[in-house]
Amino acid sequence: MLSRTTRTLISSSTTATSACRRWASTLVVSEPLSKDGTLSAGTQSTVTAASQLGGDSLTLLVEEMPSQIPEGISNVLVYGKGGLSEYVSSAVQVAAEGSPYGHIVAPASKFGSTIVPRIAALLSLSPVTDVIEIVSPDTFVRPIYAGNALAKVQASDTTKLLSVRPTSFDKTPLVDAAGADVQELDVPAFAGSEFVSESTGNADKVDLGSASRIVSGGRALKSGDNFVLLDELATKLGDCAVGASRAAVDAGMAPNDTQVGQTGKVVAPDLYIAVGISGAIQHLSGMRDSKTIVAINTDPDAPIFSVADYGLKADLFEAVPELTGKLKT
Amino acid sequence: MKILVGVKRVVDYAVKVRVQNNTVDLKNIKMSLNPFCEIAIEEAVRLKEQKVADEVVAMTIGPKQATETLRTALAMGADRAIHITTDLRTDYMELQPFAVSQIFQKIVEEENSDLVLLGKQGIDSDCGQTGPMLAGLLGWPQVTFAANIETDGKSMTVERETDSGTETIKISQLPAVVTCDLRLNEPRYATLPNIMKAKKKKVDTRAAEDMGIDLAPRNQVLEVYEPPPRKEGIMVENMDELIDKLKNEAGVIA
Repeated sequence: MLSRTTRTLISSSTTATSACRRWASTLVVSEPLSKDGTLSAGTQSTVTAASQLGGDSLTLLVEEMPSQIPEGISNVLVYGKGGLSEYVSSAVQVAAEGSPYGHIVAPASKFGSTIVPRIAALLSLSPVTDVIEIVSPDTFVRPIYAGNALAKVQASDTTKLLSVRPTSFDKTPLVDAAGADVQELDVPAFAGSEFVSESTGNADKVDLGSASRIVSGGRALKSGDNFVLLDELATKLGDCAVGASRAAVDAGMAPNDTQVGQTGKVVAPDLYIAVGISGAIQHLSGMRDSKTIVAINTDPDAPIFSVADYGLKADLFEAVPELTGKLKT
Repeated sequence: MKILVGVKRVVDYAVKVRVQNNTVDLKNIKMSLNPFCEIAIEEAVRLKEQKVADEVVAMTIGPKQATETLRTALAMGADRAIHITTDLRTDYMELQPFAVSQIFQKIVEEENSDLVLLGKQGIDSDCGQTGPMLAGLLGWPQVTFAANIETDGKSMTVERETDSGTETIKISQLPAVVTCDLRLNEPRYATLPNIMKAKKKKVDTRAAEDMGIDLAPRNQVLEVYEPPPRKEGIMVENMDELIDKLKNEAGVIA
């Protein structure tokens, strides 16, 4: 496998001797790999967005070589695992040094949102973040005001630095990495901070960002224990993640990384079931691109019904178990 | 430890904005302190109460009405404030993060700040860029989405939200830039005595245009429009009807 790839060391003090004209190519910054070394769904969607930018070639920047890479990637730059956002930002700076890319693109996740602005400072660029549509190589659409308005923006920098909303772009399929040109970057360590520990909860739970179905609970669930009703429904539905409104997270009923909304995760599954969620502007912002929306709430005037395809006025403590029971396995 | 806290005057979170004449109409709209900036001020004031910080300086960039935002920060416990005045729109339309972070950089260097606390994003522009961008300009450590901060004024341990849970980062030596997320704290209400006291606290005013920074947006907003509306939905009578619709009409379940 590795014998068909070339490995060259590039450091920030030597000029890259890559054969491709980097001025018109696109650099895709990958999210951290999963524990089994696979690329994230967000990265796959980012490659799709990158392929719409009209560059000559697509280069993937990643911490270490994954088992498979997205279709269409012609070269891979590897910078080494274990660094924090300051280190990853430096890796992009090293990659872009000498010959600037036409576009640098990252997913608009917490990871991407933390590095893109720092990269902007290092490269003196003004980024366009959370892009939901690529109109042309220099014109992009991004949401503002919790998605109640969309802004069509034209970037004037020679290198366009972007983050893209993964739910707005289909995932580019992954293929075997053989044949891709792989180069290692020599990136200086960042001395100022260090990683201490992480807490990622239940690794078995379905990922909110990529599930085809989501059931979300609001403050009407009354306690974190009651979320088990939603867990059971999600298990019965299959490929279903459990999300929460900001109110539920605020009240300590659900973990922060399950919050759906303007300042949480933006999701767009095939099916979104909002249980006991009133539908504040900020929550709608995070889920209204879902294909089918169901709302279960005792208040028929709740704003959630304004985006629901199907609304049911019912007590969730009866309705949810009834739905779980009646669904086919 | 000197803390600089950025606070932004934004459209109140409960207001649903209207798009009109190719822009968001802000006439007579209720404006408030950005919720995440409020959390940042609260954290700074707590650090002062713990005697870890000596001084909390609140800073805003905005029109003359933004003084109200500073007064709220002062009433919550900030010691003094800096008002960088501009009539440019600060909701992404005109003044953008690239210029904003340069303004902050200049003030940080003048003030010799040890810690910059910012909200994780403004709820108008939804950019979330100023924090890491400022850290990059300064070459400082950065932590975004802070959910818990512990510091003795020299080093700092931060628990932050990540895409899959949380992680803990240790900043070995301040200064640093930290952006604040929802779980960090619950901001206090300013009491009436503190609101009165705030009126006597110092606010330095300076024009953004006089700072020698190019304020023009590098990203031109060509058009502002509303997202396409969803097709109107229906209310179902009972669970059986819902299941039937999901299966036979929407085709999302077996």
